[in-house]
Amino acid sequence: MISIDIEKKLKAYRGEQILKISAQFDKSSITKIYGPSGAGKSTFLRIIAGLVEPEHGKISVDDMVWLDTLSKISLSPQKRKVGLVFQNYALFPNMTVRQHLEYVSDDTQWINRLLFIGKLETFTSHKPEYLSGGQQQRLAILRAMAIKPKLMLMDEPFSALDPKMKSELIPGLKSIWDELGTTVLIVSHNPQELVGLTATEMEINPI
Amino acid sequence: MDLTPIWLTLKLAAITMVILLIIGLPLAYWLSKGRSIAKIIIEAIITMPLVLPPSVLGFYLLMAFSPKQGIGEWLHKTFDIQLVFSFKGLVLASIIYSMPFMIGPIKSALQQLPLSLSQASYTLGKSERETFIKILLPNIRASVLTAAILTFAHTLGEFGVVLMIGGNIPGVTRVASIAVYDSVEIMDYHAANIYSLILFCITFAMVISVFVFNKYKAKSPLE
Repeated sequence: MISIDIEKKLKAYRGEQILKISAQFDKSSITKIYGPSGAGKSTFLRIIAGLVEPEHGKISVDDMVWLDTLSKISLSPQKRKVGLVFQNYALFPNMTVRQHLEYVSDDTQWINRLLFIGKLETFTSHKPEYLSGGQQQRLAILRAMAIKPKLMLMDEPFSALDPKMKSELIPGLKSIWDELGTTVLIVSHNPQELVGLTATEMEINPI
Repeated sequence: MDLTPIWLTLKLAAITMVILLIIGLPLAYWLSKGRSIAKIIIEAIITMPLVLPPSVLGFYLLMAFSPKQGIGEWLHKTFDIQLVFSFKGLVLASIIYSMPFMIGPIKSALQQLPLSLSQASYTLGKSERETFIKILLPNIRASVLTAAILTFAHTLGEFGVVLMIGGNIPGVTRVASIAVYDSVEIMDYHAANIYSLILFCITFAMVISVFVFNKYKAKSPLE
């Protein structure tokens, strides 16, 4: 069970807005997060990952406190170790597809399984600049999965994939999440994005 | 024809470059992260040798390292180190003089990398140190190489600082740029010509290599 109660000021085009979210996510659940552009969806994921600090708030994961601004507790991103898929992928230009996964895990079998699910087996020695947009996006997802995360945060993770590729990828990801008991939060604009996944929905609207 | 000044210059430039790489990488990384008053002041001090007349810098170092007062006296009495008119002093002066050429390119290359690269590495459980060595550094390789070459070349071209703090001691502090000046003083134009030509060729090759490395540098797919 993940329990989140945070408040963060956002600097927006129209002036200052406040992102105020109070939510709970069950273990192994999948939640789709939607809301208008600039509402703070990405910031919300970054706060959970420990990359952005909110002014006030508390985050606890399975009775472990990750953040409590009152008692000045804030675990580093390294200790939270969430599987974060960045909207811009944030791939490492110096590493090949396989090296991206080896940077995170030394389990060859696990790496090969991920490459198979992401259909990147034939591109293992390619660097990101030689991959298509869809391949880069799949690599970003696989890299985040490689740490076997208990919590997966995905920012528009399927936007560059065609419907066929998406419908082949999602069942593979889902089976791993089920095995690991991973809780998944997916930020998405597109209502069709999560075809094949049963997800609860959550809307983010800044005040 | 005495080629000692050329070897001495190359030795000085190589030692300066290696020491500056060791100091410069962590320092440039620290400066590239965020801004504070302390960082602005330290960066300004590092940049000063770019605009200060070398003789001024040399004069201050001469005063500071004089064995008769202050730091120089302390170093002399405690460790028996004399920096003025010695090769060690030349190395120290060169480090200060060439530091902006090492720090500048590395710092700006680090700042141009997308912040999400290091953030992605942190969420994967990697420490700041490992992220710097395995992610940031390989992606600014071309800039580090450029900075190292520029530092080397700039040390070859030192004159004012070296003359002030090192003087003109053959085999110890008499580097090539001083040997040129000295040869002209004693009307030995042949020697001046040879020293100058060697310096010209070395620095020309180095500047060419900077352009070549920058042309082929790896680009981030995010740019």
